[in-house]
Amino acid sequence: MPGLGASFGRGAATTYQQDLANSDCILIMGSNMAEAHPVGFRWPMKAKEKGAKLIHVDPRFTRTSALADLYVGIRAGSDIAFLGGIINYVLTHERWFKEYVLHYTNAAVLIDEGFQDTEDLGGLFSGYDPKTREYDAAQGHWNYQRPPDQETQQDSSEGEQGQGTGKQQKSRRGRKGVHGYGLMGGATAHLQPKSASTEAQPPEDPTLQAPNCVFQILRRHYARYTPEKVAAICGCTPEQLVEVAELLCANSGPERTSAICYAVGWTQHTTGVEIIRTAGILQLLLGNMGRPGGGIMALRGHASIQGSTDISTLYDLLPGYLPQPIADPNHEKLDDYVQYEGLSTGYWANFRKFIVSLLKAWYGEAATPENDFHFDWLPRIDGDYSQLPYFQQMAQGQVKGYFLFGQNPGGGGPNARLHRAGLRNLDWLVVLDWFETESAVFWKSDPTGPQPSQIKTEVFFLPAAGAPEKDGSFTNTQRVLQWHDQAVDPPGDCRSDAWFVYNLGKRLKRLYADSTDPKDAPLQNLTWDYDYDHPHLLPDGSLSRIEGEPDMEKILQEINGFNLQETDPRTGKPRLLSGFSECKDDGSTACGCWIYSGVFPEPSRNRARDRKITQNPVQPEWGYAWPHNRRIMYNRASADPQGRPWSERKKYIWWDEEKRQWTGYDTPDFEPDKPPDYRPAPDAKGMAAIAGDKPFIMKPDGRGWLFAPGGTKDGPLPVHYEPVESPVPNTLYPQQDNPTARYFEGPLNALAHTPESEYPIIATTFRLTEHYLSGPMSRFNSWLNELQPEMFIEISPELAAEKGIEHGGWMTVISPRGEIEARAMVTRRLQPLVVEGRTIHQIGVPFHWGFAGETAGSIGNDLTSLVADPNVSMHEAKAFACQVRAGRAPNQPTQPTKPYAPWPTREPVPDTPPSAQPEGQLRRTT
Amino acid sequence: MLEPLRTAFRLVRPEEIAIVERDGDGQRPTMGFFTDTTLCIGCKACEVACKQWNQLPSDGLRFTGHSYDNTRHLSETTWRHVAFVEQIAPDRSRDRSRWLMMSDVCKHCQEAPCQEACPTGAILHNEFGDVYVQPDICNGCGYCIVACPFGVLGRSEIDGHAHKCTLCYDRQKGDMVPACAKACPTDSIQFGSVEELRAKARQRVEDLHARGQTEAYLYGADATAEYSPLNAFFLLTDHPNAYNLPEAPKKPVKGMSARYGFSLLAGVALTALSAVFFAQGGRR
Repeated sequence: MPGLGASFGRGAATTYQQDLANSDCILIMGSNMAEAHPVGFRWPMKAKEKGAKLIHVDPRFTRTSALADLYVGIRAGSDIAFLGGIINYVLTHERWFKEYVLHYTNAAVLIDEGFQDTEDLGGLFSGYDPKTREYDAAQGHWNYQRPPDQETQQDSSEGEQGQGTGKQQKSRRGRKGVHGYGLMGGATAHLQPKSASTEAQPPEDPTLQAPNCVFQILRRHYARYTPEKVAAICGCTPEQLVEVAELLCANSGPERTSAICYAVGWTQHTTGVEIIRTAGILQLLLGNMGRPGGGIMALRGHASIQGSTDISTLYDLLPGYLPQPIADPNHEKLDDYVQYEGLSTGYWANFRKFIVSLLKAWYGEAATPENDFHFDWLPRIDGDYSQLPYFQQMAQGQVKGYFLFGQNPGGGGPNARLHRAGLRNLDWLVVLDWFETESAVFWKSDPTGPQPSQIKTEVFFLPAAGAPEKDGSFTNTQRVLQWHDQAVDPPGDCRSDAWFVYNLGKRLKRLYADSTDPKDAPLQNLTWDYDYDHPHLLPDGSLSRIEGEPDMEKILQEINGFNLQETDPRTGKPRLLSGFSECKDDGSTACGCWIYSGVFPEPSRNRARDRKITQNPVQPEWGYAWPHNRRIMYNRASADPQGRPWSERKKYIWWDEEKRQWTGYDTPDFEPDKPPDYRPAPDAKGMAAIAGDKPFIMKPDGRGWLFAPGGTKDGPLPVHYEPVESPVPNTLYPQQDNPTARYFEGPLNALAHTPESEYPIIATTFRLTEHYLSGPMSRFNSWLNELQPEMFIEISPELAAEKGIEHGGWMTVISPRGEIEARAMVTRRLQPLVVEGRTIHQIGVPFHWGFAGETAGSIGNDLTSLVADPNVSMHEAKAFACQVRAGRAPNQPTQPTKPYAPWPTREPVPDTPPSAQPEGQLRRTT
Repeated sequence: MLEPLRTAFRLVRPEEIAIVERDGDGQRPTMGFFTDTTLCIGCKACEVACKQWNQLPSDGLRFTGHSYDNTRHLSETTWRHVAFVEQIAPDRSRDRSRWLMMSDVCKHCQEAPCQEACPTGAILHNEFGDVYVQPDICNGCGYCIVACPFGVLGRSEIDGHAHKCTLCYDRQKGDMVPACAKACPTDSIQFGSVEELRAKARQRVEDLHARGQTEAYLYGADATAEYSPLNAFFLLTDHPNAYNLPEAPKKPVKGMSARYGFSLLAGVALTALSAVFFAQGGRR
């Protein structure tokens, strides 16, 4: 989530769901929280009980809107315009939190004189290269002004990107498609060292009057986002915008805080990262970051999806948000990599400690200072292997084999038809899942596909174990690691994913054990010893039937890290680290994911297992939150610059003058004994360069970034661009859509470039409470299927009347990628919007159905396209163009692959007499 | 009068069944539900938790088009049902647009018409004061189904018996909260002693009124002229019939004496009338 990373320093939700109960106002936007996160929605409801205002801004009136105090319907894809309008309101009405903004953000910092804003360049920033469709931040002068004594040095290097060393000139520009850098550090391209764009102590104008200070740039940038203009773009009224802005302003300040919740309704846009950045700017201006009841809650939609970015299943990240090195001279040696990806000030100054400890965790004794800790063994990226381009390559026959663990691209991937075309072009495919999903039966059951005889892919389906059948941990949306124990053995041949990977690794190591080829050395030396030291017992004391299951706590210990030079007398093994502050860069520590360090500080103390309810409302002993069990990040900002709570009501972390340390309800996200009046020496490095009143310690300057001199690839400030497929022109700027968006056009992925009369209707995909994702876990269960048994599409009565579509009857939706059919759900919850004087219709497409399972239905994602945001290669399923008509479509899934079973399970409860068995079993007694 | 029945039941399930008066066994408070519809987010977790705990079958796959409600009503196999009431004005004006959700359940009436109608004594108030159908005593006559003014009960085609919410009798015996209340993420369904729940509910109505939501009121918390209080009562914000609840539930037994009298009179009248006709025919 670079949107949050670029603004605050870490790409994760800044708060936790329970804290929403302390909010005075909650803006839910880009999220249907009540339906998609019903359990977490408990906390906004608690806040509402205490009198907080709930606001929902969304294209559809949903179950979240039904519970909100205020609902505003907007056009899908107009989020930046709406939020920009609020920012403009805050600035023009002087409603920003002055002391907070002055001390904790980069509002006063002066930006290089050469920077030109979208105001000057018709919707583009300086530094844009139309040939590569990329920005060069250095060329565009997005950087902070250098302190006067460094001016000369900067001038000499300007124009040559960085410092003009031989290495720089060697490095290739042709790395288009390599992504994910600076997710947390936030910096410009790595053609120059990260720290070059920002200074720990840049020149400032505390009066905020200088025309090139961030505050004035921001003011000019958002001046055109007036309520009237925004309303015309979004399809709401100016009064609605002002009402939302006024509620947020009235509920922010020393005494009150507002929170913002978002989910994939923001991320699944070609401007997704910038939408989140806009929210970040707003929350910084209102002074809501790092404070109880404030912050930005990134609601993540899958179990442990936060964990999968932390430990990183992404191709361009190593665990703990360290970038995967690329095939480039700048990343050849460890020193280069650290120079180009680390920062000299702020917490990322410890970068080298984390990468060395990771290499020690992976390669053990083979990694030594002499051999650069075998940094050369890490695979290098030579192209874009994120999901969208990867499947496009697969569809072109360039990928041989593929493993799918609990993912269903054939039913849930954007442009799922293209994803299935990819699967059909593999030699082999391994699917580990509970049920035979679309991705497992595409070769025989896809009504849009060719005959099975024409498909060469060999599919291996392996039954997977469920969560109660295996040990492990979840890291969910609020960064809390929660351990779960195996309750029972999985049935039959079902095995945990970990079992599969562990045993596959063991076999591969055996296969290559005798190889002398140097390229096999990383595999041979990989630490891979997670066998149980003791018999694997289930909670009831019986011995597990499963052989070869890895000891998951051993893996968590490796993630936590060891001091390799000290032995724990209790275990006779290296001593576990108490936290990442113990990591060293000399090879004496090993740590598998630095941000998780501290979760297993002692043998038999797995803090992810903690479930203690205490008097402390923050509940610090329930699970373990990274980093270092901090529940609200950047919480230094909950105190004023002098270290006192902003108010008694919003007291959280404060400076204890007597004890000379920070204290409070949470773990301080700050050096515990750095006084508020600490000021760094001009040449200070590392954390010493961060002043005592700069709470954003992951940033090289300790400030929250209103203006991002780096960290995002589409500009230092968010700009309203239309979605790639939008039936309306951009009336704010001549530039129609995101100039850095990436396209994958081809016969299977046609796009309707804007504005198109053929596809005048806006579609947005959505989720229902009753089903989960593309349905692999829900459409095989009749208790869930009865609740939402058929694919439907939400459409307004006005559009239905225009097209002759009847409620409950069939309708067809056509996009440039294909057509699908569904039952029409004609409802006033959808409304036509007046956008720039024209009536625009929107429809809602749930994406839960497919051809596998107990209920079959058209695949909503057969309509969506591959088109990517430049930062994270995210697609744009939340706003695309389509046409609708009454009637059915050809070649749609009608026959379920699994027969209907009224009882999903019907086993008698063991050790229970017949009279006490569940009553609903309904057996004939006679 | 209960003694012979009591003996009869003891023969069936000595430890399982405790026959008690309708207000519980007097040793513990009457337990019930308070369903606050202003907190319901329509997630249907209660429906699924109920089906899973009680192992009730799915009702089939029927798209009704009635908002998000595809289970339609309470039945022998659906003991919690979430109603969705879309009230969106044609102009979508905020003041006149809302989407109401309400988790319906057996009301566990203090004086339950189903129990009064049951000829076999299969329906009783258990030791928690809740209305419970003993499936092995039920003969499937269906009188309870027509007696219930809320349309709660249904008869299973599979085993031929009447079924409805047991208020998780088995869980309560194990000191556990009923499955639906346990699963409810927003505490829209609250479980507890009816007396405490009523106090809580009255406070809640006061709070809502103070906040300007003056349409909030309690349904079934108190006795009406026609009907006993409900052990599972509701906080509503619209007319009961908007949620498919009767405005003023009636007990069939209340009108029984009048109806018996009317039948008797009608019988007498018809007899007299036919006697007259026969007499005339005899004359011809």
